[in-house]
Amino acid sequence: MAIFPPAERIWWHQPIHRVELIWIIVAFLWGLVMFFMMIYWHAAGQQNLSNESYRTTPEAYSAKTEAMIAKYKVREDNGIPVVKPPAGSDVYLLGRVWMWYPQLEFEKGQSYRLHLSSLDLQHGFSLQPVNLNLQVHPGYEMVLTITPTSAGQFGIVCNEFCGLGHHTMTGRIYVVDRHTGT
Amino acid sequence: MAQEKFRICPTTGLRVDLSAQTLIKWNAVAGIVFLAIGGLFGLSVALTRWPAVHLLPMDWFYLALTAHGLDVLLLWIIFFEIAVLYFAGAVLLGSRLAAPRIAWTAFVMMLIGGITTNIAVLQGGSTVMFTSYVPMKAAPHFYLGLILFAVGALIAVFVFFGTLVVAKEERTYKGSLPLVTFGAVTAAIIAVFTLACGAIILIPTFLWSVGVVNAIDPLMYKLIWWGMGHSSQQINVSAHVAIWYAIAAIVLGAKPISEKVSRTAFLLYIFFLQLASAHHLMVEPGLSSEWKIFNTSYAMYLAVLGSMIHGMTVPGSIEAAQRAKGFDRGLFQWLRKAPWGNPAFAGMFLSLVMFGFLGGISGVVMGTEQINMIMHNTLYVPGHFHGTVVAGTTLAFMAVTYLLIPLIMQREIRFPRLARWQPYIFAIGVAGISLFMMGAGTLGVPRRHWDITFADALTKYEFPSSAFLLLGLNGIAAICAALGGALYVFIAVSSVFFGKRIADVPATSAPRVAPPVPLSPVGTYGSAGTLRIPGTVVLVGVFFVAFVLYYFVNWKYLAEIWPLR
Repeated sequence: MAIFPPAERIWWHQPIHRVELIWIIVAFLWGLVMFFMMIYWHAAGQQNLSNESYRTTPEAYSAKTEAMIAKYKVREDNGIPVVKPPAGSDVYLLGRVWMWYPQLEFEKGQSYRLHLSSLDLQHGFSLQPVNLNLQVHPGYEMVLTITPTSAGQFGIVCNEFCGLGHHTMTGRIYVVDRHTGT
Repeated sequence: MAQEKFRICPTTGLRVDLSAQTLIKWNAVAGIVFLAIGGLFGLSVALTRWPAVHLLPMDWFYLALTAHGLDVLLLWIIFFEIAVLYFAGAVLLGSRLAAPRIAWTAFVMMLIGGITTNIAVLQGGSTVMFTSYVPMKAAPHFYLGLILFAVGALIAVFVFFGTLVVAKEERTYKGSLPLVTFGAVTAAIIAVFTLACGAIILIPTFLWSVGVVNAIDPLMYKLIWWGMGHSSQQINVSAHVAIWYAIAAIVLGAKPISEKVSRTAFLLYIFFLQLASAHHLMVEPGLSSEWKIFNTSYAMYLAVLGSMIHGMTVPGSIEAAQRAKGFDRGLFQWLRKAPWGNPAFAGMFLSLVMFGFLGGISGVVMGTEQINMIMHNTLYVPGHFHGTVVAGTTLAFMAVTYLLIPLIMQREIRFPRLARWQPYIFAIGVAGISLFMMGAGTLGVPRRHWDITFADALTKYEFPSSAFLLLGLNGIAAICAALGGALYVFIAVSSVFFGKRIADVPATSAPRVAPPVPLSPVGTYGSAGTLRIPGTVVLVGVFFVAFVLYYFVNWKYLAEIWPLR
């Protein structure tokens, strides 16, 4: 039994029972399916990470963010600038204790190059209710091309612990439908 | 050299080294004490996340959450695993434990290290979560305690290896290692890798916390930390699978249906673990998709194959043993007539089923590069790992305790009627915790978060009311699990110290190597073609169908979010 040495000294010559062999083969093939599924999705799926990222510094990234705000700010919400960048442009969102800055306004169906970085600690970018979740590091700038396909008001929640104000760290993205104006 | 003292176990006939026995007892007791402390922290966390209760204030919540992870994920589990290693090495091989004094030194180091880090957390200056992600900085003694604990654990692992050498040289057993010991060796080998990663990352981080090192790159920290963090889960898996085999053997006389297959499955854990930390880094910047896919899958799926194999061979061995004993009617008489009133068996089988269905499936799905985007850092993550490490490992450790106490510590279990219920109470609670947290995570609820009403935030976000319901249900499930855990601690500690002593059988001078009656293993199961385990085939089939369906359902969920590239 399992708590004693094997009864047969030469146990590696024992043939494998058919039912075990079938399961091993099925499980192995399933592993291959799962492996190739990820590759397939990079080719045919719509949701992938671009792997485009850069090293940066809080000062440099902050400067790029402020430059964008200066160009495309449309209003303020509770003292936080709301920025409406043109479609296809580079959009900068920064996370810092304890806010996502600035707020963004997108047009439904248009694509934007969204940049993410942190000024201090690791943060979790969690777009709700879309439920897109990305990790944001200080010193690293992640870029992704995003296409909002639903209109409305979306929240950004921080889901990486970043200190005692972690649960107050939120942001907002508005998506406007050009045709209906909402 | 002190004279080795042995006794003979009246149930198994195994020769038990008395110094190993004492070390097993104290490592297990230390583990159980940290389980109790960590469990209380965990309950307080769950009752805070239940919005209607919101038990702890904000700073205590994050502190409790840090302490909970430290006390249960590291201290409870590894102390108990050291006990399991000494059992599998010394007791199962009928050998003396190599270097008991070094083993005691290791124990003291682990104890001091664990207490030191707990003090650091309780002082309030190290509320950084168990993962302590850089650039968040904890107090220097937070890291020092962890390093001391890890070094102590590593020394204990080497005492285990030394015991294997001693057993081989002194010929205390004939032939190959028992399968349970083989599984323990797997756990120990992975532990060396794990603890080495821990040292590589925590020593520089400690130096950073005292100002000697200038900066630690946050991405590199995360990668190496998880080289320790996830590999330690592989230690847990190897240990709890070994325990499943042990319980099946001791309680039912079950024999592995193929030593070759089961041992190869353990080997898969060792070979394909490397860079398992990849699946914690699926949505980080700075790592390529090729790296992510290769590591999360080639590494993980072959290790997953190992688990899937055990998922058949463990219940298969039980079914074969039961059928050979006469419970041969229909598909499931073997299971219906299994000793469900025996807490060791009940805990073991529940652990097997829940680890596979709740923990295993959710883990593989979440580790898929792209699907991870809809799960990362949501409450789904702790939902998953409570399915693996609590419903799987912890419940298996609880189950084996009911055998270790009479067999090793020679005490009868006190409150046997409560003991019969304990695994079920704990299992129901933990299944609830896992399912409800996964459900809340699917709705986007964040992990490690004090208040999803955002009462103190400048901009609000409103989670759907179903999220609040799920957090409430999680709170109730946590109460149930805490009750099951408290029962376990109470029964175990009172049995170890106050249980009725079981009579000693003095050892003869010559080591025994052959297994004697009364514990006789069920005979061979026949040649390759005649193994009959139809009930297991059905269970495995249900598992597989659930796995495939759940996997593809999540791709569908992913396809519904905004396109991104």
